[in-house]
Amino acid sequence: MLSLSAERAKRMKSRTVRVDYLARVEGEGALLVKIKGEQVTDVQLKIFEPPRFFEAFLRGRKFHEAPDITARICGICPIAYQMSACHALEDACGIKITGPIRDLRRLIYCGEWIESHALHVYLLHAPDFLGYEDAIRMAKDHPDEVKRGLRLKKAGNEIVRLLGGREIHPINVRVGGFYKAPVKRDFAALAEELKWAREAALATVRWVATFAFPDFDRDYEFVALRHPDEYPFNEGRLVSNKGLDIAIRDYDQHFVEEHVAHSNALQSRLHERNSYFVGPLARYNLNFDRLSPMAQEAARSAGLGPVCRNPFQSIIVRSVEMVYACDEALRLIEHYEMPDPPAVNVEPHVSTGYGCTEAPRGICYHRYRIDDRGIIVDCKIVPPTSQNQKTIEGDLRQFVQTNLLLPKDKLQWQCEQAVRNYDPCISCATHFLKLQIESE
Amino acid sequence: MTVGQSGIVIIGVGNEYRSDDGAGIAVARRLRALFPTGVTILEESGEGAALMQAWQGATWVMLVDAVRSGASPGTIHRLDARAAPMPAGFFHYSTHAFSVAEAVELARSLDQLPPHLVVYGIEGANFAACVELSPAVEQAVEAVVERLAQEVTSAL
Repeated sequence: MLSLSAERAKRMKSRTVRVDYLARVEGEGALLVKIKGEQVTDVQLKIFEPPRFFEAFLRGRKFHEAPDITARICGICPIAYQMSACHALEDACGIKITGPIRDLRRLIYCGEWIESHALHVYLLHAPDFLGYEDAIRMAKDHPDEVKRGLRLKKAGNEIVRLLGGREIHPINVRVGGFYKAPVKRDFAALAEELKWAREAALATVRWVATFAFPDFDRDYEFVALRHPDEYPFNEGRLVSNKGLDIAIRDYDQHFVEEHVAHSNALQSRLHERNSYFVGPLARYNLNFDRLSPMAQEAARSAGLGPVCRNPFQSIIVRSVEMVYACDEALRLIEHYEMPDPPAVNVEPHVSTGYGCTEAPRGICYHRYRIDDRGIIVDCKIVPPTSQNQKTIEGDLRQFVQTNLLLPKDKLQWQCEQAVRNYDPCISCATHFLKLQIESE
Repeated sequence: MTVGQSGIVIIGVGNEYRSDDGAGIAVARRLRALFPTGVTILEESGEGAALMQAWQGATWVMLVDAVRSGASPGTIHRLDARAAPMPAGFFHYSTHAFSVAEAVELARSLDQLPPHLVVYGIEGANFAACVELSPAVEQAVEAVVERLAQEVTSAL
């Protein structure tokens, strides 16, 4: 009897895994997992960064201001916001961009993927796999890899700078195209650096493929854009592995956002089937056949098939996407013709427009209603991280449930790693340092 | 970025649309008026990789940023980054995952710190969306400009 009650007491014991401030994610968030006995009872990814009301203060602004205003939502992925805004507003005005301007948009997006993925793979996620608290400590033992990551990131930034005017919150993107287009010779030095970057991305795939990955997968619904001929950046239909196949303009009929008490970011779910998964893994699984031969080969030699359902292996997929982005950027530069003029004229009329593009972290949806003067009357913006929140919580629930025997510090470590599988971008509002030191 | 012959680079870090967070930017702009040539003066958002790139090839680097430590607004902190690691409190408090303190320490790990790196922190009071500096921070900005002008003059 004694041993039975002791066993029961052990089972009823409550535990919590609590991370009050998630490091190595973009923005301010925390993590709480409650365990009672042998059961995970609660999982909360808390986003306490205050809401920023972008949708509210876009109301009343001219439609052509949207790309510059929404770029401010994020310092890591401003291109995603600019591209989604441009496409939505062009949709509202009945314009479809083709030819060299369209190519330039793909090229600038390549830059954003490279810089964002390089940052995450090397500085934020790799330390988890190699057992370092952060990239600073990792750099002491792996200086060449960290230097390679920093140079890769710089190569991506250079694309954004050349086409966007500057690396963070670019200023050269507009509804209809660009304010100014580069001439062909502007790309000479960049192309050389991108040839290096493509090799470095291949080396990245080889490097991360050697990491040890927890054995983990779930029956996810992956959602991404799919285009008839291309790996998706700006266009396509929204598809999933569970039968979703809709035009971007039908997004609101299938996806809902709702508020949960523990997060300042709205959580998204599919009307019909609940949580879903966006980002590199979703894109890869739904578009493997659209990757360039070199990127496909890199994935295969890293041991990946056309479908990968282990989110811990997203670091390999992110690296494969870097190979693709370098490869695609070089192809676009090789065939570049300067668009003249660099933008098409866009005349507003009363309408609603829809845009969805593939941010580094997954689909970024924008909807704008404008009046006959081009004033924004209403808008909706859904960033990728809010769409992944429910899936992240689901991962943590299953991961903790199946790893209850891990020592607490190891469990906490892997929970944080599981969150970072999604490269969550809780976003940049202000930036300040909080410190405790003696003043002189 | 090419560093000028003097090897001196001054980096103002911050967001001018967030009130006192713009202190570093204000210092950089005022120093630019005092040293139109001979010194490289940059404005940065604080993204770490860009900072490491900004000081590449420099011999004297002076970086100015707003801080929030609980000291009274306008307090000036001066840290010699070569002499000691950045204080623990500098880490993980930015909304950027890879920021000023991480850049300094990563550069130290990679043996890429410039020979001289001084970080000035100006204690801010207001980080709300606004383009005005608080009065105490405004005074501190002037004081840091003077001190940096002296440091630059003696280093030139």
